[in-house]
Amino acid sequence: MIRWEEKSIIQAAKEKNINLQLMDAKEFIFDLDEPNSFPHVVLQRCVSYFRNLHSTAILESFGSKVVNSFYVNWITGNKLFTTLLLKKNKIKTPKTMLSFEMDSALKALDKLGYPSVIKPIIGSWGRLVALIKDRDSAKALLEDRMHMFPLYQVFYLQELVKRPPRDIRCFVIGDRVVAAIYRISGSDWRTNTALGGKAVNCPITKELEEIASEIVKLLGEGFYGIDCMESKEGLLVHEVNNTTEFRNTVPATGINIPGLVVDYLKKLAKC
Amino acid sequence: MSLECLDCGGKIDIPKDAITGEIITCPDCGASFELVKDEKGFSLKLAQVEGEDWGE
Repeated sequence: MIRWEEKSIIQAAKEKNINLQLMDAKEFIFDLDEPNSFPHVVLQRCVSYFRNLHSTAILESFGSKVVNSFYVNWITGNKLFTTLLLKKNKIKTPKTMLSFEMDSALKALDKLGYPSVIKPIIGSWGRLVALIKDRDSAKALLEDRMHMFPLYQVFYLQELVKRPPRDIRCFVIGDRVVAAIYRISGSDWRTNTALGGKAVNCPITKELEEIASEIVKLLGEGFYGIDCMESKEGLLVHEVNNTTEFRNTVPATGINIPGLVVDYLKKLAKC
Repeated sequence: MSLECLDCGGKIDIPKDAITGEIITCPDCGASFELVKDEKGFSLKLAQVEGEDWGE
């Protein structure tokens, strides 16, 4: 699937006389017993997380350098794994609890206090991220999820951070921050631009650069979207996006993200 | 070049630099389609708009 983002990268490559080879995961047959020849450098842009993760595993096993790597995919595609990594490395992130059953989830929520937030451990665009305002709502919501696919019965519960009606997405290419936007809530409490959040340029502060630098140290160079919330304790990182979208960021910041991505791929191809 | 929307019959302009796999949205009804190219040229295929594991 070619979205605005992929098309702009293709266009940027053309302008820089770089011949990109497009690969469509839908058409691929990976014969794991036959020698395969894949490009030296691959920019992974599968919109499906599971296709992304598994095709990256195969491409890496056959020697390709994939942006982003399997390790990055594995960690950042799962909110729990990301939170564990952030907490272990003392990067500030919201208070989070996890449980697998309704009763234990209710106890966790009593401890976190209401309102709190529940998120699927895998998922994007704010899908199924819900604000839980009280115990009755929690019971109803958790009961529904107990009838859903097991993935949604991993209850990832988080404090509702007192923040302005916006968060910050900071874009890293290679090892440096190239752009940042405020994502300002629209009609929804969530800030996702997929849900109507508005993108506005955000200055790249020293604090953002330090956070990004810590995350790059943990995950390695790549192409990331780091999401942060402004709190009285400073910026809290709540997510790292692995196949980040930037269609709203380019006009808001004036930064040529597709061009910078192509430059980064070119640099990797020379290594 | 333009194609007829499979949902509402509206006119969808195909950009000159269109490529196969590109997502095109009908300006009239908002339906999304994937562009497919064969020897006859481009045609539209209903696009999956969102999957359970889709996103960034």
